[in-house]
Amino acid sequence: MYYRRTLTEAQINRELLGTVLSTPLWWVVLTGLLGIVVAGMLSAIGFMFNQGLKVTGLGEPVFWGFFITNFIFWVGISHAGVMISAILRLSQAEWRRPMVRAAETMTVFSLMCSLLMPLIHAGRPWRIFYWVFPYDWARGIWPDVRSPLVWDPTAIITYLTSSSLFVYTALIPDLAVIRDRSTGWRRTVYGALALGWHGNPRQWKLQGLAGILLSALILPVFVSVHSIVSWDFSVSLVPAWHVTVFAPYFVIGAVHSGVSAVVTLMIIMRKLYKLENYIWEEHIDAVARLLIVVANTWLFFFWLDLVWALWLKEEQEMAVWQLRMFEAPWSWLFFLFFTLGYAIPVPLWFFRKVRRSFTWMLWTSLLVNFGMFLERLLIIVPSLAKRGPWVFDWASYRPSPVEITVILGSVALVSFLLLLFSKFFPLIPLWEEKEGQLFIEEIKVGARVVPAIVKEH
Amino acid sequence: MATRKLLGLFQDPEKVAEAMTALKDGGFPGEDLDVYSGAPYPEGSFGEHDPAHRLFMFPLVGALVGFTIGLLWTAGTQISYPLVTGGKPLLSIPPMTIIMYENTMLGAIIFTVLGVLFESRLPKRSLGLYDERITEGYLGLVVDCPTEKAADAERILTANGAEEVKKDAA
Repeated sequence: MYYRRTLTEAQINRELLGTVLSTPLWWVVLTGLLGIVVAGMLSAIGFMFNQGLKVTGLGEPVFWGFFITNFIFWVGISHAGVMISAILRLSQAEWRRPMVRAAETMTVFSLMCSLLMPLIHAGRPWRIFYWVFPYDWARGIWPDVRSPLVWDPTAIITYLTSSSLFVYTALIPDLAVIRDRSTGWRRTVYGALALGWHGNPRQWKLQGLAGILLSALILPVFVSVHSIVSWDFSVSLVPAWHVTVFAPYFVIGAVHSGVSAVVTLMIIMRKLYKLENYIWEEHIDAVARLLIVVANTWLFFFWLDLVWALWLKEEQEMAVWQLRMFEAPWSWLFFLFFTLGYAIPVPLWFFRKVRRSFTWMLWTSLLVNFGMFLERLLIIVPSLAKRGPWVFDWASYRPSPVEITVILGSVALVSFLLLLFSKFFPLIPLWEEKEGQLFIEEIKVGARVVPAIVKEH
Repeated sequence: MATRKLLGLFQDPEKVAEAMTALKDGGFPGEDLDVYSGAPYPEGSFGEHDPAHRLFMFPLVGALVGFTIGLLWTAGTQISYPLVTGGKPLLSIPPMTIIMYENTMLGAIIFTVLGVLFESRLPKRSLGLYDERITEGYLGLVVDCPTEKAADAERILTANGAEEVKKDAA
């Protein structure tokens, strides 16, 4: 990948710290608007706590609806952030530089948002206390580690802690840059956060090793977390939830939606923060090629999920698939999910012109995420809504205004947190960009001039 | 023995390397020389000594600590109040491994970060002799030397292209 322009360290500081060192008007307006939506979501949640879960569309037998769908959706989004960053760091891919920080940060905020969903879904979140501590101090009855309700928070808290540490460790050199450009209390705060970073060879060596070591450690955690989320389903007795491929199917679905979200984020960031010197068509093209592979792997697992149900000819499994694919309104949602999540974007990505177009990639990546939200909804709700044997009381599911507000509010919440983060920290790692500039030299090989990029650890 | 620190500020990495060589030739040991930069230059760019570290021990120790906590949590909580559910074994290995695995990885990651900070000699309470231009593209060559050799060090730094030499308080 060729570097377009030679940038000095001072220029990189100035361009990437624009929002940190000053406050543009668009930032104030956008953060304010998103803040209003978030406030709306919090009001809806407060109303629900006051009135009880009756204000949602949940009821017998559909006890999992939009909140749990949204939980899986945001856990999925969070996955690709660290995954893409870790894989690119491990493989020392040059095109990682502008992507890693934003992707990792998106992971942290998406996870926070996802963690919120089961808490509010519980209806009485203050009772979450009993997930962690003994139910009864006197008798010492602890939460049952054999329950997925304990596996899930363990996995997500592990992932959230790891991702936050991952972001912070790579942020230390940039905090030193902000420290050196700040005065007053900001200098004190950034100075404390930078921990006295000088940038000597020892610190840089350890910083490089940290990126590789943490990437290697966090990748298995990322796989385990969404596998564990899938086991929430597969350890139950609900039809169509316990196909053997459920764990990898969930993981690859998460990667599909998450990498698409990274593309969306990169394109919006480029426009808002005027990052034309850092995010180019080549970056989006590279991620789009990765997306083609991911989307087709997802399709393979989706096919396996379907074909095994058909192969076994188990009555209950078949009935769920019948409901999902051929009975309205689920059949419409199924058509929409497959069209938006795969059929439209993936063939388009085969065209170089689409892959290198910011507009096309923005819309196709958004389509994928809309489709993947529906996919999660279709995994959850029809399985519960299907009338099973010995069930005398059943109903379908229609999300209430409260649930819809929370879903829209969750999108606003993650965007709001990302904007807030960008006010205090750079979304593109300065030191990574500066390092890239060190390897900008070109060499002549025969009749061609190529970049001379050599990097070793 | 009283020592002083000097910080030579350069713009050109080649001049830093030349100054480093000149300082070593002038009797300043490599361990007493350090380079500050705003970007990670390839190792050995300035002729600096290779920093030794034991970072790789940290994740191993952390993994062991995490695994132990996971084992104590999963086994200990079940044994403390033996409540058989669904006729399943009290210490049911497959679900226990899920939590033990997560704890092991969490321990490894936390200890890695602690290891990075420890081996980077962070946190430091004071920046000491430093210049803010370092994060703007300048390179700082630090010499830690006996007070009587400070003048020599300053001369070598200036002769090899240092734009400015800063000194700590005597």
